[in-house]
Amino acid sequence: MYKLFISGWRDIFAALKGYELAGILGMQDIRQRYRRSSLGPFWITISMGVLIGALGLVFGNLFDTPMKEFLPFLTVGLILWTLITTILTEGCLGFTVAEAIIKQISLPLFTHILRVIWRNVVIFVHNIVIYPLVLLVFWLPLRATAIFSVLGFVLLMINLCWMALLLGVLCTRYRDIPQIVSNLLQVCFYLTPIIWMPHLLPKRASVLLLDANPFFHLIEIVRAPLLGTLPSSFSWLICVVLALVGWCITILFYGRFRSRIAYWL
Amino acid sequence: MTHIRMNNVSVDFPIYNTTGRSLKNQLMQAATGGRMGSNEQGRVVVRALQNICLDLKEGDRLGVLGHNGAGKSTLLRVISGVYEPIEGFLEVQGKITSMIDLSLGMDGEATGIENIYLRGALLGFNRQWLSSKISNIVDFAGLGDFIRMPLRTYSTGMQMRLAFSIATLVQPEIILMDEWLTVGDADFKEKAQQRLHEIVQKSSILIIATHSPELVEKVCNRTIQLDRGNLISA
Repeated sequence: MYKLFISGWRDIFAALKGYELAGILGMQDIRQRYRRSSLGPFWITISMGVLIGALGLVFGNLFDTPMKEFLPFLTVGLILWTLITTILTEGCLGFTVAEAIIKQISLPLFTHILRVIWRNVVIFVHNIVIYPLVLLVFWLPLRATAIFSVLGFVLLMINLCWMALLLGVLCTRYRDIPQIVSNLLQVCFYLTPIIWMPHLLPKRASVLLLDANPFFHLIEIVRAPLLGTLPSSFSWLICVVLALVGWCITILFYGRFRSRIAYWL
Repeated sequence: MTHIRMNNVSVDFPIYNTTGRSLKNQLMQAATGGRMGSNEQGRVVVRALQNICLDLKEGDRLGVLGHNGAGKSTLLRVISGVYEPIEGFLEVQGKITSMIDLSLGMDGEATGIENIYLRGALLGFNRQWLSSKISNIVDFAGLGDFIRMPLRTYSTGMQMRLAFSIATLVQPEIILMDEWLTVGDADFKEKAQQRLHEIVQKSSILIIATHSPELVEKVCNRTIQLDRGNLISA
């Protein structure tokens, strides 16, 4: 057990130490995607903006919520959700798409997951620009609580890292899992309050859809402070426990199967 | 001290897309490739290397001979750390540089400069150090202003020139090669060969997989022959 932990941790640590490589590869992915387009990565911002506008119009009216309240909520939620789903679905393929590199040079394998993470954080930064614009449009202030969203974001990323790594290993061996994951994530999108606000739920349903939904807590610790309230200590607790337990399991699992990844490709 | 020690190293590749049952308990003896069989869980496996013992120390220039599928590339990959041995023990002391796929990770849409950083990062070079070496690389590759153009505008020869110039930037301790490298047109070839000979000479261990006995004769002081994953002569 101890040996597995050390072997898993050693690779992860080496990858973190060589973060520069993951950064260069991740940036390269983005450059590659938007090369020769005049607006470049700002297409990310634009398409997200259009999506938020359209969804806001439909669901704001549908739920009969004032736009001033609904649109900031939707903006942050949708941007965070995009970050979560792309990291998890791309994490599934993190090792498979890096096959050429993995089979040729011996690098810490977690680097390939960090590359996915970094790439999506850069995209997130492009997207989050929309939020201050929304605040400006409705002439809403950015509350001081927003500071806590930075902490929440770090905790969210720590959680996403282990999820992506665990999924990456599993999906390299079992190639059906990416389909299952993307399907489940689609379902979770509707189960998690992103396009609907939690207070619209009847009391009984909220226990199941909010308290028992880890995605709700992960989003809440970043979203709530940005919207001017503090997330409940229960949400913080869930996210911290999730990170600790998740990382312990993942490091052990990774320590056990890391050396098999090259063989599975 | 640089050294490589392999003791009874075996490597199995699990095959997941053939039906395990039809081949189960059936040992196929094909003319090429490793031995197919099944492991204790009944999964089809190809044994690519079997009980390899090898001891290399400073100054060794090892030529690895063998027909297609004999396990030469697998052996190189095991030494480079890509595949961890299934059985046996491997110890490598010294930094390994693989000269097998020189253009790995290069991107056609990116400029020459960007590719230097990309390729350099994969080789483990620090960014700052790399930027101090750019003019050195460009000069050696003889690319001039083309270095600011996307890689896809390069001819194959020019791409190889760039890749070679980056890969030979530092003196490696242990060099892995798949056949002797030849790059570029007549002029560059000579320059490249000179540099390659130089770094091979200064390296402490060279392992080269090849089909050419003449090459082995010329650069190696030790030879092994692989046959279907077995080491048949040392």
